Amino acid sequence: MNKIFALAGVVIKELYRRKDFYVLFVLTALLTLGAGMVNFFHDDKIVRYVKDICLLLIWVSALVISVVTTARQIPAEREARTIFPLLAKPVSRAQVIAGKFLGCWLATGVALVVFYFFFAVITGSKEHFWPWAAYLEAVWMHWVMLGIVIAMVLLGSIYFAAPSSTSTITIIVVGGILLLGTHLKIIALQQPEPMQFILTVFYFVMPHLEWYDLRDFVVYDMGLVPVRAVALATLYAAAWTGIFLTLAWLGFRRKNLTT
Amino acid sequence: MTAILQTQKLRVEYRSRDFRQGNKVALNGLDLEVRAGEVFGFLGPNGAGKTTTMNVLLGFVPPSSGTASLFGIDVRQPIARQRIGYLPELTYYYKFLTAEELLRFYAKIFGLTRAETDKRITELLKLVELEHAAKRPIKSYSKGMQQRVGLAQSLINNPDLLILDEPTSGLDPLGRMKVREIIQRLKNEGKTVFFSSHELGEVETVCDRVAIVHQGELKAVGTVAEVSVGFDNLEKAFLKIVGFPASPAS
Repeated sequence: MNKIFALAGVVIKELYRRKDFYVLFVLTALLTLGAGMVNFFHDDKIVRYVKDICLLLIWVSALVISVVTTARQIPAEREARTIFPLLAKPVSRAQVIAGKFLGCWLATGVALVVFYFFFAVITGSKEHFWPWAAYLEAVWMHWVMLGIVIAMVLLGSIYFAAPSSTSTITIIVVGGILLLGTHLKIIALQQPEPMQFILTVFYFVMPHLEWYDLRDFVVYDMGLVPVRAVALATLYAAAWTGIFLTLAWLGFRRKNLTT
Repeated sequence: MTAILQTQKLRVEYRSRDFRQGNKVALNGLDLEVRAGEVFGFLGPNGAGKTTTMNVLLGFVPPSSGTASLFGIDVRQPIARQRIGYLPELTYYYKFLTAEELLRFYAKIFGLTRAETDKRITELLKLVELEHAAKRPIKSYSKGMQQRVGLAQSLINNPDLLILDEPTSGLDPLGRMKVREIIQRLKNEGKTVFFSSHELGEVETVCDRVAIVHQGELKAVGTVAEVSVGFDNLEKAFLKIVGFPASPAS
């Protein structure tokens, strides 16, 4: 386990020594502050718009950070040839995959905490109300969902040499699932066969990332999601993460790194 | 003396990207044995199979057939690499880390304790003369300094076997001398060194035994004197063995 934590430590160091996170955070902060200063139509509930904008920016930024950071891990190790001194140590390829995943996931978690804390401060200063439990639940669900995304990107990065290809494909897939996931079953029912069958199968076999989006709960103060539902969603995410990581390991295990 | 590095009938084939061509044989039945405490030079022209052999020994490439072991353990087991140090020919390390952080990271991989790690880092930075730059990011290092960091990382676990892939490649004369000194020092400490090089003069100076590979096959193995029998020096013997016309000693 120490080897996995050592590998994760390097990934975290890389993230905070690069500019990506800071640029996205400053951008999110500026846009949120800008939105917060404008009072459209003298609406008392303007804070809801600010919350909505800020949470959307946080979702976009967190997705970009997690995807871009993860997509370059294995290709960068191969391109810079740092993978050779690493694998010449008593470390297995499975440990490399696990370490890279853990590092990216923890680094994304740190970024999420910073983003959501900023969100809580901004909205709390307007509402004078801090529903910490709801925020904590939203952060947890968001983080767990990003675990699936990170594992998915890691799998893609084994097969696509260019990080940009992996990033683009994953962002399109994740964006598609988040936007269409809930509606896919309804769309399927409106289709003729065999399209109906294909879409229904697809609905049941795809990872439902949209289940983890608790933005409406936070924006409209809808209270907490039952703990049992959160626990089941966490197990579901763990299963998908495990599947993607296993596939990534199977691909990486056989990968010829010298060509 | 016991063999700590051994290959038996080692064969590596690469699948050609062009399906009309057959598989490319990089190594063909290589039998090699490196004994404890010796400095072993691994020679051959470019494309002879030196790097492929190292890649198999380090677990980067699986053998198509035959076996390879380090300390009697199959090289496919990560634990076989617990007591080795490896310096690649081209040294690239995490440029956003400092030398100290890099060494600490590798020490963690080997499972060294904190006290051991601190001690080793201090010793190694002194050995490779990088104490002054220990806290600077590696991206600010010159090529020679990066090679010295590479040497330091290969020694972090105090290895019993050191595998060096052209360790002096691209170094200035001072850097080469330093590397030779370190190899000699490791030999005096009873360590085993297995290294590939194109610098035959250097090999003659430091090696107890040498092996010459050509076109994936072992062509000669023995002490420098044994391999050079009938020739003026190792270079002439090498050229003759790899098929380049060279006149025997008169």
